[in-house]
Amino acid sequence: MLAMPQPDPFLQPEDPTAAAAIAAIGEDLALFDDWMERYQYIIELGRKLPPFPEAWADDAHRVPGCQSKVWMEAEKRDGRLYLAGASDAAIVAGLVALLLRVYSGRTPAEIIATEPVFLKEFGLLEALSTNRGNGIAAMARRIRDAAAHYA
Amino acid sequence: MNAIPPLFDVARVRAQFPILSQTVRGKQLVFLDSAASAQKPRAVIDAMVGAMETQYANIHRGLHWMSERTTDAYEATRDAAARLLNARDRHEIVFVRNSTEAINLVAHSYGRGIMKPGQAVLISGMEHHSNIVPWQMLRDAHGTELRVAPVNEAGELDMAAFEALLADGRVGLVAITHMSNVLGSYTPAERIAKLAHAHGAKVLFDGSQAIVHRRVDVQAIDADFYCFTGHKLYGPTGIGVLWARRELLDAMPPWMGGGDMISSVTYERSTWAEVPHKFEAGTPAILEGIGLHAAIQFMEGIGYDAIAAHEAALTEHALARLSAIEGVRVIGRAQDRGGVVSFTLDRAHAHDVATLLDRQGIAVRAGHHCAEPLMRSLGLDSTARASFGIYTTPDEIDVLADTLGRIREFFA
Repeated sequence: MLAMPQPDPFLQPEDPTAAAAIAAIGEDLALFDDWMERYQYIIELGRKLPPFPEAWADDAHRVPGCQSKVWMEAEKRDGRLYLAGASDAAIVAGLVALLLRVYSGRTPAEIIATEPVFLKEFGLLEALSTNRGNGIAAMARRIRDAAAHYA
Repeated sequence: MNAIPPLFDVARVRAQFPILSQTVRGKQLVFLDSAASAQKPRAVIDAMVGAMETQYANIHRGLHWMSERTTDAYEATRDAAARLLNARDRHEIVFVRNSTEAINLVAHSYGRGIMKPGQAVLISGMEHHSNIVPWQMLRDAHGTELRVAPVNEAGELDMAAFEALLADGRVGLVAITHMSNVLGSYTPAERIAKLAHAHGAKVLFDGSQAIVHRRVDVQAIDADFYCFTGHKLYGPTGIGVLWARRELLDAMPPWMGGGDMISSVTYERSTWAEVPHKFEAGTPAILEGIGLHAAIQFMEGIGYDAIAAHEAALTEHALARLSAIEGVRVIGRAQDRGGVVSFTLDRAHAHDVATLLDRQGIAVRAGHHCAEPLMRSLGLDSTARASFGIYTTPDEIDVLADTLGRIREFFA
C-alpha cells in the first residue's frame, strides 16, 4: 500500500547563497514603485509558502512577542538547517517567506554570518517593528539561535 | 449673507494642532488613533513651554515668589477639573498620573481600606485591562470577589444581568467604563449609579474615553468615583484626575507615602495632610498639570455641544462608509455610541490592515486594544480601530474608506 506523500513543510532554497537570496529579494522589491503593490507582492509570497502542518501551529512553535501569530520549525539535514514557518497575518506570512528564502537550506555558519539587516534596508522591518513587533525580528533571532545551537 | 459663524469650524480647530500639518511617508497625516492618545493644541504646548521659561519651581513648599506662582498655576488646574466634572468641591479632585493610577488608588485605599473580604467588585465585559487587573489583584490580596456583567450582541451592557449580579447585596463597588475604548458604546451612567446605590454599592466610572466626547456631570450621574486621563483629552501625558466624594476621600487611608501627603512625621508615626493632598505623595507632574489646565480651557472654549455634534456626524458618516465596503464588519452596534469604530476585514488580519493603511499615512490602532477578555467574548483576536477627535474631518474618513476599499482587493 502506498501512503500519500506529505508535502515537505521545509523550504528548499532557490538561490545558491543567502547573499544571493537577499540580492534577488532586493531586485524583486525594486520592480514596484508603490508600497501597496510591494505589499501585494509580499502577501503573494506568503501564500506560496509550503503548507505548514496544523499540528505545529501551537504554543511550542510560536515565536513570542507579537500580536499576529508566527510559528516556525527548524530541522537539520546533511549539515544544513531547513526552516518552515507560517503566520495568521498575510503580510507577516510574506515576511516569513522572505526570511525562509534567505535562511532555509543554509549551513549554520552561513546563517550566523548573515545578519537580518536586509529587512531594515528594504524598509520592511521599520514599518512593522512598531506596536510591539510583528514577530519577524524575533523569528530572525530564533533562526540564528537555532543555527548557533546546531553549529 | 449669513453673518452667524458656524457652531464648529473644524479647519480652525485643526489649525491649532501643529502636528496635523505633518506628512507621513509622503502623504498627509490622517490621524485616526486619538482614542489611544490625542494630539496637543498650541495652547497646551505653549502653557507647558511658558511655565518652563518663565514660571517654574517646586510647589506647595517654597516660600518664594516662583514657588508660590507655580503653586497657583498648578492648583488652578484643580479648580478647572472640578468645574469640568461639576464637582461640589475642589478638594474632591485628586491628581494622578492617569486613569490606571486612579483605579489602582481606589483599589488600594477604598478596596483594601474600606471594603471587607467577601464583598464583590462588579465590572463589565468591556473593560480596559486597567479596570480589570487592579480588581484581580485586590481579590487575590484581600479576598474580595470579582464579578463581570456581560455585554450583549450590540455591544451594550446587559442591564438585566447587571442588576441580577447586584441582587445579593454583596457588591461593594461597581467599577465600569463610561465609554468602551473598543466598541464606542456609552454605558448608562445614571441608571448604573441608581441601581448600584439601591443595592448598597458605590460606583466608579472610568471616563478615559467618555470625557473626551461628551459633558460629564458627576453630580447628575450621582457617581462616587470618576477618573480620566489628560493625554486623551488633548492634554499632556503623566497627569490625570480621580474625582471622588469628599466623605469617601476623608474615610479612605492614603495609598502611597512620602512628601507632600503628610501633616507631620516622627519616627513613631505620621499624620496625613488634608484631602486631596494625602493622596498626592511626592512632587507631582507640575508642568503636565499646568498643561492639563490649558487642555480643559481649550475644550471649554469649543464647548461640549459643538464637540458632541461634530463627532456624532463623523461617527454616522464613518459607520455608513465602512459598512458599505464589502467584507468590512463593524464591531459593536450600540444605540448610544461615540467616535470609536472597531472593524475587521474578511480574510485580512488587523495588522495587515493597519500596515497597509499606515503606508498611506493613515494611523489606526490594531490589536486587542488592552481589552483581551472582551475580544475573546467577541470571538476575535484583534480588530482595527479608527477613533475620532475634534480635529477629525469627514474627508479623512473618506480617505480611510477609499483606502480600505483598495486594501480589500488584496484579500478578496
